[in-house]
Amino acid sequence: MRHKLKIILIVILLQCTPAIAALDPAVLRQLAAEESDEKIAAIEKLTQAGDADALRVLKALSEDALYLAAGRIVEVHGERIVDAQTGDELKPAPQDREGISINNRVRRELGNALARMRLFAPARLTRLAAAQELLAHVESDMAPLLSRALARETDQEIKELLALADAQLSLKSADVPTRLAAVKTLAASSNPSIKPLLVALQDRNAEPDERVRLEAQSSLKAIESRLAFSDNVGRIFSGLSLASILLLAALGLAITYGVMGVINMAHGELLMIGAYSAFAMQTLFHKYLPAAQDWYVVAAIPFGFFAAALAGMLMERTVIRWLYGRPLETLLATWGLSLFLIQTARVVFGAQNVEVANPSWMSGGIQLLGNVTLPLNRIAIIGFSLLVLLLVWVLMNRTRLGMFVRAVTQNRAMAGCVGVPTGRIDTLAFGLGAGIAGLGGVALSQLANVGPDMGQGYIVDSFMVVVLGGVGQLAGAVWAALGLGVASKFLEGWLGAVISKILVLVFIIVFIQRRPQGLFALKGRFVES
Amino acid sequence: MTTPVLLRFLEATPKKGWLAIACLSAVIATMLALHLFTPDGSALHVSDYAITVGGKIMCYAIVAVAMDLIWGYAGILSLGHGVFFALGGYAFGMYLMRGIGHDGVYQTSLPDFMVFLDWKQLPWYWSGSDHFLWAVLMVLVVPALLALVFGYFAFRSRIKGVYFSIITQAMTYAFMLLFFRNETGFGGNNGFTDFKRILGYDITTPGMRVTLFAATAATLLATLLLGRYLMTSKFGRVLTAIRDAESRVMFIGYNPLGYKLFIWTLSAMLCAVAGALYVPQVGIINPSEMSPANSIEIAIWVAVGGRGTLIGPVFGAFLVNLAKSWFTVAFPEYWLFFLGLLFILVTLFLPQGLVGLWRRLKGGAA
Repeated sequence: MRHKLKIILIVILLQCTPAIAALDPAVLRQLAAEESDEKIAAIEKLTQAGDADALRVLKALSEDALYLAAGRIVEVHGERIVDAQTGDELKPAPQDREGISINNRVRRELGNALARMRLFAPARLTRLAAAQELLAHVESDMAPLLSRALARETDQEIKELLALADAQLSLKSADVPTRLAAVKTLAASSNPSIKPLLVALQDRNAEPDERVRLEAQSSLKAIESRLAFSDNVGRIFSGLSLASILLLAALGLAITYGVMGVINMAHGELLMIGAYSAFAMQTLFHKYLPAAQDWYVVAAIPFGFFAAALAGMLMERTVIRWLYGRPLETLLATWGLSLFLIQTARVVFGAQNVEVANPSWMSGGIQLLGNVTLPLNRIAIIGFSLLVLLLVWVLMNRTRLGMFVRAVTQNRAMAGCVGVPTGRIDTLAFGLGAGIAGLGGVALSQLANVGPDMGQGYIVDSFMVVVLGGVGQLAGAVWAALGLGVASKFLEGWLGAVISKILVLVFIIVFIQRRPQGLFALKGRFVES
Repeated sequence: MTTPVLLRFLEATPKKGWLAIACLSAVIATMLALHLFTPDGSALHVSDYAITVGGKIMCYAIVAVAMDLIWGYAGILSLGHGVFFALGGYAFGMYLMRGIGHDGVYQTSLPDFMVFLDWKQLPWYWSGSDHFLWAVLMVLVVPALLALVFGYFAFRSRIKGVYFSIITQAMTYAFMLLFFRNETGFGGNNGFTDFKRILGYDITTPGMRVTLFAATAATLLATLLLGRYLMTSKFGRVLTAIRDAESRVMFIGYNPLGYKLFIWTLSAMLCAVAGALYVPQVGIINPSEMSPANSIEIAIWVAVGGRGTLIGPVFGAFLVNLAKSWFTVAFPEYWLFFLGLLFILVTLFLPQGLVGLWRRLKGGAA
């Protein structure tokens, strides 16, 4: 009953609002009424007025800044007291005033009203957000508001959203051509929430008209295929993103494993060192260079590289070097190193995760299609990993150090015989691999939580990439990272994260059966030791 | 001229070995006697807590010996033995869960966590789990099957060294994720706990505690004897030969697959038995037992004690776990530093473990 009354009221008001220029004092007085219903009606009227003054008053109400003073409604902003009707400051300030209190029901209505009013806000982004929110739950009493907003809106994107909302309302119209037009409009949507509306229309009871039903069916198909397409695009993108992280983690491991034939179980902790370097840089910039805060990431890149490289070379000199030819013991010793590093991070930075914020130029995203957004930080990291890949390729194939590293990978004894200083190459290669892991950590700090045991999960994944790609092969690592990243994201979409992880593992075990050397085997003759 | 198996079994352990076993049995028996027959306040009394910790560490010692059989004698480092331990524990835990009967929080015949998930009946793999013998069979068969299938594929394509280690680690990680899911039907995060009885007897009585302790001790001794027997037999000789030079063993006509597969599966089954003994004593089993870190810790028990010796891993398991109990109470934040350093220092300076050190000292003195 009340609802109907409200609609009638709105319709009446709608016809008279254009005539009213300023706020109606009677409506304002109604805000101070005792009854909640009265207050809600007043809020509704103000919403319909839809101008900046009404927004100001409603905002004040929601912030508990609205008072009744000497029969007038006033806003209190600290020392200033403003007449709610005109927006002018009152001098002298009225002495005694009584706050206008609102209960939860009124507060909820007020929230809705404010959300709708934001449709008329001057800032484009505010309007866009309001339109998106409105589209999520369209209600029948929004019709007049919507048509007004549509008439006034100039932005194409917001207009489309509003048209969609309007079409949803028209679906309930008694007029067949109106419904038909609405269904056609809805076909253009990429919004998943539209689907159930169209599905409901397939029912003979809900939709008596045959043509509308058929049209709804084809609209539904159009939406579904578009959604499926954008879902797949989204998956490929998140697969690429995962692949770029895997690649950064695996490139370093591929070098150390290739050169020395040992798995560094503390490789994940080198990622952690890189990530904490980003955190340290962020803190330093915050303290000493707040103006350049956005560029701390750039400084973190070399810092992360050298911090991790230093840690890696220390590890090689103090522990790994002494376990030569005992790969299983190296595994255990490096595991001990990783425990040590984790605990050190806990002592230095605390056991809790620390927050590393994206710089402003990396936050936000590119809206691709209705339901898919590509976050800028992920795009940046894909680009970064390509850059690192290029650098590593140049280093390995175009420099003397790279040549030595490749020589030692292929045949240590022979390389030693022709004068390659294998001991020094070991240290340098280990530092290089560790440094690349540090770069991966800096990248990871922009995506994931930074905590003492963040690296633990990466050792198995990056080893899988190395195994799949073939030892000592950059191209192999790239293809393996890509394949694993995209495949596991697709499997995750279909079967859930756990099953997909198990399937990937089974696949790799089967794969090693067929090709123990990985996708790209080194050419040449080897004898097993 | 063939000696009967029993005689060979007895002969496999030298006099000194039997003496050691007799000493160990005496220590265990004294502990039990002191626990049962001295009053609570007496200085000689062995507390409930000591019995529980002792039983728990003996389970770990069985795992350490099992690990030593494949790592010390066959040169295969598994970083996933926790999965067999946990599977044995879960298989026996299923029986214990059914033993709760109607005494759970919801007082239905279903385990509480299933009621919580709104399941109406037991999943098919729970059928039979209310029989003790079936549970014992499952403890042995399920981990053995997993080990057999996994080992067959891995050893057939001659995956070894660090490849094998990492893949076993990935395996236990995958299992952990699987068991963390509520839908898997093993209690998810919380696993099994709140057990009430075994074979109708209350699980919390001192009598049960002593029985389980004695059973664990007997299993540990039997494991040691079996290990000794296997390693002094021809099978053991071939196995160590495979460890030292697999290609040469193949060239003289042995196929390593069967040898590796047998010891790998046996080791998994021993772990499972240890897990099954562990669960009623500790009173809980959950997926964190399968975490990769737990499995790597097994390796350090063996390394500290000395691999390739059977008694070494038992010492290692006791020393490391007692140290862990002490550290986590006294200096919790230094435990990981200690453990990390232990990994590094033992691999660097004690490649043969404590037993190796003992031998070296004795050799140096003589």
